[in-house]
This record gives sequence, structure tokens and C-alpha cells, in this order.
Amino acid sequence: MMAAREPGHLLVVDDNRVNRLLLAHGLEQQGHEVALAEDGKIAMDMLRDKPFDLVLLDIDMPRMDGFQVLEAMLQDSNLHDVPVIMTSASDELDRVVKCIEMGAEDFLTKPLNPILLRARVNASLEKKRLRDQQLKLFRTFATPEVAEELMKSGFALGGKYVDATAMFADIRSFTTIAESQEPAVTIELLNNYFALMFDAIASYGGTVNQMVGDGLMAVFGAPITMEDHRERAVRAALDMVDNLVVFNAEQAALNRSQVNIGIGIASGQMIAGYTGTQHRATYTCVGDTVNLASRIEAHTKIAGRPILIDEHTCNGLPENIAAESLGPVLFKGKLQPVNIFGVTR
Amino acid sequence: MPPTEIDMTTFEELKQMSGADFIGELIDTYLEDAPQLIKNMKSSLTTNDAEVFRRAAHSFKSNSATFGANRLSMLAKELEVLGKENKLNEIGGRLDSLEELYGIVAKELKELHE
Repeated sequence: MMAAREPGHLLVVDDNRVNRLLLAHGLEQQGHEVALAEDGKIAMDMLRDKPFDLVLLDIDMPRMDGFQVLEAMLQDSNLHDVPVIMTSASDELDRVVKCIEMGAEDFLTKPLNPILLRARVNASLEKKRLRDQQLKLFRTFATPEVAEELMKSGFALGGKYVDATAMFADIRSFTTIAESQEPAVTIELLNNYFALMFDAIASYGGTVNQMVGDGLMAVFGAPITMEDHRERAVRAALDMVDNLVVFNAEQAALNRSQVNIGIGIASGQMIAGYTGTQHRATYTCVGDTVNLASRIEAHTKIAGRPILIDEHTCNGLPENIAAESLGPVLFKGKLQPVNIFGVTR
Repeated sequence: MPPTEIDMTTFEELKQMSGADFIGELIDTYLEDAPQLIKNMKSSLTTNDAEVFRRAAHSFKSNSATFGANRLSMLAKELEVLGKENKLNEIGGRLDSLEELYGIVAKELKELHE
């Protein structure tokens, strides 16, 4: 028999020895690594002890049956994403349906058909790999909470209108720095810089959804709704500026270039959704509000202020954050001038 | 003499899937476990434990079907249903028939094994 494309760590749970042997043998022939448990209690101990990619679970077992295992797995945050394939006699399909409704991934009937066994196991493993990959991708761009939310809501989300705050941040004099130092030093600088900015954004619940060169875009209030997204964005911006003071002090100590940033923030309605393909998707926000935030960020050069915000964002700030009106500015591509505010603290 | 209780299509499929070496191990396991399952069914009748009876009949049904012992599997299924419905008093001679039929199946499997 041909080996599976990528072997997985599988757990077979069945109180019947003939079934266990048969399943283990079939799966091992397909190249997988198989562990065996003879009832639900043993299975739960094994699942909590080491990670598995897939569980093949019998329903009818002494001590702890398949329903109870499924329920315990779904309630355990470390286990609820491990796919489960129910294995059952063909005359207990009503019980299998209940398991699928509870959250089992798929089912197989005994006696086992080797072709179906291979197909369903490989499909489940592939889905698991895709989910792990997506989660990993999200975790690099978002907080674990946001990543979790994205995974739960699934990828079927089409575009929808959300009330949120968009932030753009850019290193001001980066180009001159890039030309004046070794490439490796520039990349190190960028990595350290992004790490600091990501920390500030994540600590206020924002999601970084774009990074281009030395610039980034973040969104607050989507995909998870937050009433105070305007305040959160501005507080994150203040933290980013503070973090940069520390960063520059370290750079100075190493006799390296120091950087200044500009942050533009605008809030209101925007269209949010996933763009990309099934294999590489990004959560993105687009619309006039997002464009405005980008224009405001560019305007920080002219205004000579690190943090600029639009009027709607300013209206959502508590009294202990001070913002100074800089008057109306007519941006390229906009028909009406926009009132801009500089955040002073 | 060709087997009368084993469906050879099912058996050949199983053999093809598991390989000649492994089917021997599988038959040995079945022959080891089946008498224990029958013993469990008998003892659960004396203790009137329908759940233990049902589970043993369920495993017996499943394992017999795996080897293509379809008549034996059907008989085990009847016993499983009686256990499930808590009607152990209606079992009558079925358990004896099961044991007798199992004797034939075991003999045929041993021959196929050799």
C-alpha cells in the first residue's frame, strides 16, 4: 500500500481488540504512527499527555464511552481542535449523527473499508494541517484571542460593514537609514521595531493586518467588536511612541540610527472580510475610512506630529487624552476638507 | 471442503487489506476473545446484568462481521438487541445456538488460517 502524503500521530480508541488491531494495522500501513486506548478514560489521559493529530473513536465502550470522550475533548481548550472520526457499527448511524452534531469531524462504519479509511483519515489530517497553518499565520498578525475568534467564525465570512478604527504607522526617515547601514543591520532594526509596535497594538486588542516595508496597518474593533475601539487605537499609538523612546535609547547606546514614526488614525464604517485564497487568507478592512487613515498618516510629515487623528476618532476619546485641533486639511482625492487633531497625551 | 459459514468475498477483502501474515494474527485474536465474550454473556445472565450482556454481544457481532461470519453476526445482533431492550428472559436457546455456530466458524477460520 502507498504511504500517506504526510504521516500523522493517530489515537485509536476501541474496547474491542480485533477492531483496535485492524485499525492500527491499516493506519500503520498507510504510514501513520498509531497509539491505542481501550476505553475513554485511558484515551483522555493519553490525549492530555501528548499531542495527537487525529482520534478514531468508538462509541460503545465501558467506563467512558465515545460521547463522553467527545464532550470532554470539546470542553478542553487544548483538545477541542483535534479532529475526531467516529468508528461504529453500521446499525448505529443515529448515534453517529449525534456525534457529528456534537462536533465530530467524520465517521467510518465497521467492518472497515480500507479505501474509505484512507480517504477519510487523509481528509481529516489535511483539514487539521490547514487549520494549524491558518492559526499560525493569524498568530503572527493578531493576538491569540483574535486568532481564536477568526478560527471559530470560520472562513466563509464574506465582506461586511463594521464600525472600527484603522491605523497606519510608518518609519519617517527610514530610507536614509537603509542606505547608510549594512542590510543585516536594517533588517534587525525592522524586526525589533515591528516587535515593539506589535506589542503595543496587541495589548489594546488591535490586529495588524498588513505590513509593507517599514509600514503597517492595524485595525481595532474588528473582527471582534469593541465599543471603545477609538480610544484603544489612540492608546496603542501613544504606547508605540513611548516604546520608540526606549528603542531609540537602545539604538543610541549601540551607536546606531534612531527612528521617528508617524501614525495616522481614522474611524467609522469600513468593509471587513477575508481576502486571499483558502490557503493564504488575510483579514482586511477597506473603504474611505481606511484611505483617510492612510492620508492622515502621510500628513504627519507636514504637520511634524507623531500621532494625527480624524474628528470622529477624537470624539470617542476620554477626557484624559488631550488632542489639539489642527484645523481642516484638504487631502488628495477628497472633495471636502477634513478636521485633523494632533494627540498630545 | 469450502467454508459454509464464512462469506469468502468479505474474507478475501480482509485478507487483501491486511496481508497474509496479519490476518493470521487477527484470526488468533478473534479466537482468543470470542470464548471470553461468550463467557461474559453467560455470567451476565446469572447476574441479570443486561448492559454487560449487550456489550459482549455487540463486540461478538462486530468481530464476526469482520471475518464474514454473517449468520453468526446476525445471531449476535439479535442478542445485542435483547440486551439493549432489557429482555434477557427472552433469550431462550439463542445463546446455545450462538455457541454452536461459533464452533463451526472457529473451525473454518482455523482451516483458512492454515
